[in-house]
Amino acid sequence: MSRWKIAWRSVQRRGLASALTGFSMALGVMLVVGVVSIHGLVEESFRNNSSIGYNMIVGAKGGSLQLVLNTVYYLSEPVENIPYSYYQEFLSAQQIVDYRDQVGMEELGEERDGQFNLFTKLAIPVCLGDYYGRFRVVGTTPGFFDNVIYDPLEGKRYEFGQGRNFRTSSDEHGYFECVVGANVAREHKLQIGAKISATHGDPEGELHDEHPFTIVGILKPSGTPNDRAVFVNIEGFYLMDGHAKPLEKEDDTGTTAVAGEAEIPNENPESKKVFRPISVREREVTAVLVKTVNQVVTPGLSENISEGPSAQAALPVKEIYGLFHAIVGPIQQMLLLMTVMICLVSGISILVSIYNSMSDRQQEIAIMRALGAGRSTVMSVVFFESIILSLGGGLLGWLGGHFLIGLASPQIEERTGVAIGFVDFPAIRLNDHLDVQIIVDLINVLGRLIGAQPVQNLMLPTELWLIPGLLLLAILVGFLPAMAAYRTDVAKALSANP
Amino acid sequence: MKGDQPLGKMLSLENVKKSYVEPNGDLLPVLDIDHFDVDVGEQMVIVGRSGCGKTTLLHVISGISRADEGTVTVDGIQIGSLAESVRDRFRADTIGYVFQTFNLLPGFSALENVMLGMTFSRGRREAGRARQLLDRMGLSHRLSHKPGTMSVGEQQRVAVARALANRPKLLLADEPTANVDPGNQQQIVDLIRETCEEENVALLLVTHAPEVANQFQRIDRLEEVNKIAIGS
Ligand SMILES: Nc1ncnc2c1ncn2[C@@H]1O[C@H](COP(=O)(O)OP(=O)(O)O)[C@@H](O)[C@H]1O
Ligand SMILES: [Mg+2]
Repeated sequence: MSRWKIAWRSVQRRGLASALTGFSMALGVMLVVGVVSIHGLVEESFRNNSSIGYNMIVGAKGGSLQLVLNTVYYLSEPVENIPYSYYQEFLSAQQIVDYRDQVGMEELGEERDGQFNLFTKLAIPVCLGDYYGRFRVVGTTPGFFDNVIYDPLEGKRYEFGQGRNFRTSSDEHGYFECVVGANVAREHKLQIGAKISATHGDPEGELHDEHPFTIVGILKPSGTPNDRAVFVNIEGFYLMDGHAKPLEKEDDTGTTAVAGEAEIPNENPESKKVFRPISVREREVTAVLVKTVNQVVTPGLSENISEGPSAQAALPVKEIYGLFHAIVGPIQQMLLLMTVMICLVSGISILVSIYNSMSDRQQEIAIMRALGAGRSTVMSVVFFESIILSLGGGLLGWLGGHFLIGLASPQIEERTGVAIGFVDFPAIRLNDHLDVQIIVDLINVLGRLIGAQPVQNLMLPTELWLIPGLLLLAILVGFLPAMAAYRTDVAKALSANP
Repeated sequence: MKGDQPLGKMLSLENVKKSYVEPNGDLLPVLDIDHFDVDVGEQMVIVGRSGCGKTTLLHVISGISRADEGTVTVDGIQIGSLAESVRDRFRADTIGYVFQTFNLLPGFSALENVMLGMTFSRGRREAGRARQLLDRMGLSHRLSHKPGTMSVGEQQRVAVARALANRPKLLLADEPTANVDPGNQQQIVDLIRETCEEENVALLLVTHAPEVANQFQRIDRLEEVNKIAIGS
């Protein structure tokens, strides 16, 4: 009979006490799993989402974190705008001309290569400020979905569950097409062809009912904040009341009329009003999402932009990293510390439970010793018992924790845009904490022999620490009772009649 | 019967002394034995009044307690000279032990209790042997019963099976029938003696009961072996 089985019989014999102490350990570990999973995944998704296809955000001067939270996560208060012409500095002359033709305008800004175009691989304008229900409305160009690879590692692009991307100008709906994120469609039960109107400024703001947008596409869930937004054609966005920047009266160079009724070829037969796009000088954007040609030019470009008078460049990865280090990280550590304390308390309850039973067990230990078990054997049986309760309870708690997370994942996804599966385990990048380049190199050398893809990072699931942690706890907890077992006076225990 | 050493000694004690320190600090001498031995395969009984040191003697022989002086030799090994862990292992391999009461671990079934008898020894751990011994004790229908659901007599029979499980050379039995009802005492004594005979195990049984002692050919009185007379 193995020592494990002997230990297990002892656990069984004190069924209620064992169950209660094991359960308290399970609760502790469940909390650890919960804290680690939720925070790990939120953090991971924040970090992942901070580089969904672009690496720089250009917007009005002000707080750069606020700019990032606003444009990437659709959180925080809306920020100031920058001129449309500033956005065009990221485009080539050809891109400006092409877009002008798509919109169907005679003229749309200077047709020259922008000063930042050389460093720019992709530039997408976004206009924020309106809401659809509690969701943000984003005015942008079709390039937002056509050109962005939101997960560069896996080459993932946005996909449409139903319908298609909106067009700059379509025959059926003019400038008033829109696309909705998966969560928005689900919550508002939206279908292709439905017409929706935004509210101005905030969710309770004035309804923009001049012209509704027609839904032409519903996005597949991407696990990005874009699941929780409505994307409208920027041209239609500009035509809503209050979205065009008022031109000064004195400005006599303005050749184009203000937005409003006018006769242009792009007329919409369904509407009594006829809309035509506004001029460049009336246009503003909240931010430009920029993907630079490579990471080498990024710092210089960002400095150049921020040193200029009209805009600032924020690097989302850097901002989010800073945010996590300053706020989220410490909170997470505190929570983790608290849950670890709960595990410690559970450990102490195991200690008390086993230790209390030691006087009853003197007899049993003495019998085993008389049968030839050594001191170290009876000691290890007590350690095993402590390990069974700690690790067994821990395993239950781990399963329970992941089960609950699995149950809660729809809500979590709904609220944070992060999809958590039952088997998603947050991992820490060892590279961030240790110099493991040698190991990474070694793995890659070995990997090349079998033709495997090279790896960049060493990932270690955070929860793997539970195993050595609980083992250590079990040994600490088992120490006192195990010493009592070790010291048992066999002759005395055998003579004492219980 | 092993042919090479039929008349050898299984156990011998020379000048063994043992005293206890009482709570008030006084020494209580219990054992002072010049010479005592048991042959290979021999069956003998030691009788003595309660408290005269029978249990202490068995503890010293089995190495559970150390003698203060003198040598205890079991199967040719001076157990006093062994390190404790070696002595434990030696006990596991060589000695079987039946106590007066509370022999069995309450959390384990009868079969598991018997298996426990071979767990700590070097020999093979055969469930077959455990079953066979329980069968020999007339307990084949009780294999999975916990001690709490068995009578004292049945428990003692399980204890005898366990003591023999590791194929010991020497069986020590400490008043094995003292707590058993008179109707079952004889059966247990018979089983112990028969199985020891069958397996050629030397038997040293201690008791205060003359009706048990009188069945043995060799009966030593502890009061005669031991120079110290206590417990009167
Ligand atoms: N651990 C001990 N400490 C002190 N005295 C003991 C201890 N064990 C036994 N004794 C005393 O030693 C004597 C012999 O005890 P024991 O060997 O149990 O006798 P028996 O088994 O013949 O009844 C008794 O007087 C008993 O009180
Ligand atoms: Mg006794």
